[in-house]
Amino acid sequence: MAVAEAAPAPAPAPASPGPAEAIAARSRTAALRRFCRQQPLGAVSLVVILAMMVAGLLSEVVAPYDPLAIDFAGILSPPSWQHWAGTDAFGRDVFSRLIHGSRTALVIGFASSFLGSTIGAVLGAASAYFGGRIDDLIQRLVDILLAFPLIVLALVVVAVLGKGLVLGIDVNLICAIAIPIVPRVARVVRAAALSVRVMPYIDAARAAGYSHVRIVFRHMAPNLVAPYLIMLTAHIAQAILLEASLSFLGLGVAEPTPAWGLMLSGNASDFFREAPWLILFPGLAISLAVFAFNLFGDSLRDWLDPRFKL
Amino acid sequence: MLAYAAKRILLMIPTLLGVAVLVFFMLRVVPGDVVEVKLRGDGGNVSQETIEMERRRLGLDKPLLAQFGDWMVGLVTLDFGKSMWTDRPVVEEIGTRLELSLQVAIMATIIAVLIAVPLGTFAALMRDTWVDYLARIVTIGGLAIPSFWFGMLVMLTLLGLFNWLPPITFTPLHVDPWTNLVQLIWPAMAVGYRYCAVVARMVRSSLLEVFNEDYIRTARAKGVYEKLVIVRHALRNALLPAITVIGLEFAFLIGGLVVTEQVFNLNGIGVLFVQSVSRNDFTLLQGLVMLVAAFYVVINLAVDLLYAVFDPRIRYR
Repeated sequence: MAVAEAAPAPAPAPASPGPAEAIAARSRTAALRRFCRQQPLGAVSLVVILAMMVAGLLSEVVAPYDPLAIDFAGILSPPSWQHWAGTDAFGRDVFSRLIHGSRTALVIGFASSFLGSTIGAVLGAASAYFGGRIDDLIQRLVDILLAFPLIVLALVVVAVLGKGLVLGIDVNLICAIAIPIVPRVARVVRAAALSVRVMPYIDAARAAGYSHVRIVFRHMAPNLVAPYLIMLTAHIAQAILLEASLSFLGLGVAEPTPAWGLMLSGNASDFFREAPWLILFPGLAISLAVFAFNLFGDSLRDWLDPRFKL
Repeated sequence: MLAYAAKRILLMIPTLLGVAVLVFFMLRVVPGDVVEVKLRGDGGNVSQETIEMERRRLGLDKPLLAQFGDWMVGLVTLDFGKSMWTDRPVVEEIGTRLELSLQVAIMATIIAVLIAVPLGTFAALMRDTWVDYLARIVTIGGLAIPSFWFGMLVMLTLLGLFNWLPPITFTPLHVDPWTNLVQLIWPAMAVGYRYCAVVARMVRSSLLEVFNEDYIRTARAKGVYEKLVIVRHALRNALLPAITVIGLEFAFLIGGLVVTEQVFNLNGIGVLFVQSVSRNDFTLLQGLVMLVAAFYVVINLAVDLLYAVFDPRIRYR
């Protein structure tokens, strides 16, 4: 991963740290303001995403109850002032579980999209740079993986890896969601990298005798940041949806961890008649999150590169 | 054209072979196998000896390459082996469930295309009016709402309005068409929503592109009825990219079915897939993966050939 993380290379470092930093900060807020003005829908989705992040980071503070606290006296109580989204079959507060669920969704969504997009971007850039046999090999592999819907590939990887908890996070689940993302990003980044590859400065770098690794990461990567970022945000939405689906099938996040997809599976469907709030709110949370990241990805694409199409 | 089709069919072989190699060796890296899950899954105390015997019976004690050889020979003769869990042939396990899933997929496609083409067309024609905005909200919803949740909402609505839920046992179409359709229309709607959204977006954007073409201006300039311009000149060309999306999404419907069948308690391919994953039933999983891949490759070919029908300029070599 150490190599892969270098892919989104930062902009060229400023010459002097003092005033240049201030200028950079000012231009960053200016860029944000410009983004909000040009992409009002993007700005709205950004607000939703930030709210989700606050809920995810500060779950313990924001949530009114302990998401794991069982209360057999208050089983399946409908939404009220005490329990905004009602309680579930164990008397646990659904609203608090939704808040804590946003942490699960964000952690797994970000991590798997980052992992998948980064590996995909490196593969795509390498494929375009080296060409020839390496390109053929990578493209065949990408073609094969693209023959499967996201969830089918993820399920196969789940079958292969099983569960692997590290610090309470299922690392294997993150891999299972990341792997189907890899070929999709690799194809898009390769297309962008092919046009970068023929630029004179790449020839110049090769003439100067730089190593392949240096050329790919220092000369090509900075010019591939736009497609990389677009793919990264677009796939966060996919990853959240995928995590919810896998958890719903009982093959993702395990009880008692609060996760949106998990809240819809198992006993929730048994309470159709008695407790529709158990179905309504988690689904709304998933839809809102996926909607926000999709919209943000779209706006980012229009803003960064209007010609770029997914 | 025929030569092109033959070449394309031959080219499927290396792709499917690649899938076969990849899925076989991926699944064999797994630590525990089906025998562990089957015999020790519910915490039963089973001796190591019994486990070894079961492994030998399933051929899991053979060297990896020998197992692969056996499977490959089977593939060529279209024998996918026996399910490691139920001992029934994989072909049979899949065969009994294929009808249901395929029917849901076809119904979903019909619903999606019937709604998506007019929706996308009107959105493009009335660009930046309330019709367009409404269409955009509907389609963005289709991309964001998980199909299993949409299925649950459909069930909740049915319960609320009619106090009725679709029956669980499957009635084949040829036995009782009415019962069959009334049962499967709901899951078809649930998986079809996303499908519809994707196609409608494609129709809208490609129509907007086509409207800028010279031949549209020519047609209007020579006084062709606006309706005719839209249907005969614009839509016919705009539907080409839509066909690709329709085909691709149809091949990918199995992904939606995996979760939707669970919601509606349908015993189809999707449920079989999930079961084979949670039981580590490798032979069955391999068979299913091959089915999905073969389906994708065939649909892709069909889409390419359809292009020639809709666009006479395209000639294949």
